[in-house]
Amino acid sequence: MATQTQDTVTSAPGMPQLDFSTFSNQIFWLVLTLVVIYFVLSRIALPRISGALVERADTITHDLAEAEELKQRATEAEKAYEQSLTDARAEAQQINVAMRAEIQLQLDVELEKADLEISARTAEAGATLAEIRDSAVSSVKDVAKLTAKEIISAMGGKADAKTVMAAVTARMKG
Amino acid sequence: MATESTGEAEVGLVFHPMDQFQVTPLFGADKVEWFTITNVTLWMGLTIATIVLILVFGARGRALVPTRSQSIAELAYGFIYKMVEDVTGKDGVVFFPYIMTLFMFILVANFLGLLPMAFTTTSHIAVTAVMAMAVFLAVTIIGFVKNGFGFLAVFWISSAPLILRPILALIEVISYFVRPVSHSIRLAGNMMAGHAVIKVFAAFAPLVLISTGIGIVVTPLSILAITAIYALEVLVAFIQAYVFAILTCVYLRDALHPHH
Repeated sequence: MATQTQDTVTSAPGMPQLDFSTFSNQIFWLVLTLVVIYFVLSRIALPRISGALVERADTITHDLAEAEELKQRATEAEKAYEQSLTDARAEAQQINVAMRAEIQLQLDVELEKADLEISARTAEAGATLAEIRDSAVSSVKDVAKLTAKEIISAMGGKADAKTVMAAVTARMKG
Repeated sequence: MATESTGEAEVGLVFHPMDQFQVTPLFGADKVEWFTITNVTLWMGLTIATIVLILVFGARGRALVPTRSQSIAELAYGFIYKMVEDVTGKDGVVFFPYIMTLFMFILVANFLGLLPMAFTTTSHIAVTAVMAMAVFLAVTIIGFVKNGFGFLAVFWISSAPLILRPILALIEVISYFVRPVSHSIRLAGNMMAGHAVIKVFAAFAPLVLISTGIGIVVTPLSILAITAIYALEVLVAFIQAYVFAILTCVYLRDALHPHH
């Protein structure tokens, strides 16, 4: 693998590790390499990685805190909801009772009013009925008088209107 | 090394398990100077490119819900950050970019080294020793700057019986100075050994072309062995990067809190 000239120079000790002629070369490149790696790491790589790690840790703690807060708020909202539900129930109960009382009151008033009206109407109707009856009676009297008068005249008698009238009236009373 | 193959296999089998570790100039220079562009340069450059790809372009989105590539970058970041915080404490977090640099370099270099034909930069003691020495010096300096001479308390085990303390202090001092050695050789040795073993098995793999009788057994076995060791090496590549990083954190903790 190695060149022949190299072999004769270096294979004398058997271990290239103990070939001191290459030490300065290795040490030089090693120091250079380590310095380069150190600067790359300390200037670019490590701040970048630690920045990402810190950022992530911050985000996670922030998110956790936010989640905790949201949970708290959800519990509060639930409590408020429960509270308003009981309140609403109580209020509904109250309203129910009040409404019932009011309706009862109203109903009583209306019933009374209706009763009054009914009795008034009944009275009115009775009056009207009496009137109608009266007028019917007088009409019948008139018709009877006229008819009697006509009948008398038709039979040839001469009847005084006054006597006929009186006779009919007397008859009808009887 | 090549002369180890004897007997009937001598005809075709070539054993060069260590050739993969050779530092060679890329553009035909005949000598490796300190500034020469070699395969070390190439593979370290690829390491940088891979790290940039993972941690810069991968994390580019900065999305609230991470994409897959962003998840990888964030996983690597979180893994090392947590390790630094757990092991060294809150005041060790300022060193996080340095430890991240070491970890990412070793991890990516180890994994790139597992590609066929690749050069494993972390298998070289020169590379790991520089990193281990850097950690050692940094820890020592930080220890003295933060604690003054109180840093020496790290060697004085106050919980031990008084007679034992000088002896323990001697042991502690020795172990303290051996740290960079074990720290560097652990990584380089692990990487080198696994890769060399794979190469040895790879050398046995074409035996069936030379001698069908033995080869019919040896070739499948060696291919199986390569696969198994490769899987182990994938594990080792990660574990060694992790071990290097966590030991750095442990040493750093000693520097920040020397009192046991």
